[in-house]
Amino acid sequence: MVPESWYLGLSAVLFSIGVVGVIVRRDPLIIFMSIELMLNAGNLAFVAFGHRLGSADGQAVVFFVMAVAAAEVAVGLAIIVAIFRLRRRLSVDDLSLMRW
Amino acid sequence: MGAVVFVLLAGVAVGSALGLVLRRNPIHAALFLVVNLGTVAVFYLTLGAQFLAVAQVAVYAGAIMVLFLFAIFVLIPGKEETGPDPRRAYRLLALPVGAVLLALLVAVVAIGTRGRAAAGPAPDGVEAIARLLFTDYLFPFELTSVLLLAAMVGVLLLARRREG
Repeated sequence: MVPESWYLGLSAVLFSIGVVGVIVRRDPLIIFMSIELMLNAGNLAFVAFGHRLGSADGQAVVFFVMAVAAAEVAVGLAIIVAIFRLRRRLSVDDLSLMRW
Repeated sequence: MGAVVFVLLAGVAVGSALGLVLRRNPIHAALFLVVNLGTVAVFYLTLGAQFLAVAQVAVYAGAIMVLFLFAIFVLIPGKEETGPDPRRAYRLLALPVGAVLLALLVAVVAIGTRGRAAAGPAPDGVEAIARLLFTDYLFPFELTSVLLLAAMVGVLLLARRREG
């Protein structure tokens, strides 16, 4: 049986890759996918901790994270499409409208 | 045996995550993300979370990735990142930031999981999570339906064409 700390280490690696992706990329779609990657890394950590503690609470939390992620992706992609309609260009560097 | 499978799958997961971050074409990135989500589903199975493994494939690899692909087809992207990057120096800062974050997380995991053994037997699959969802987490569970409804209405509002 593989110890849970291996799963947690893998989750840390995936989360860090997601963070780097969010910072490095300019395409909002890929930034969005990197966020999904980070959410998945968090979910994996939840399930691994739940397994370690012998409790199903971690799995219940992951269920809610999945539901929230589905809603978030739908709304986020709608926002990206709306911005694209307005600007015909899609780079996060152009989106400084709300900067103070 | 289990360790070998874990290392192989972890390699696939990390490789597909790197592919997602490094590939220029958004469709390639989406397909890499599907691979990554699939391997995470297998990890859920090995951790005894059968329900989450199925939900992962159905919700993430199915529904969410279809949404992403539709958005990619609608937006015809791929031309945003071709020009020279005016903020290249700042973006390269991401690598040390990511390395420091990774070191911190690994240190926390190493310290936090030292010594203590598992508190009890692992929960048995679908029944345990179903019992929790319909007892302790009943209120958040019902709230989730409201959240999904609100998201649906919001998306319809955002995607509607303004008339006049």
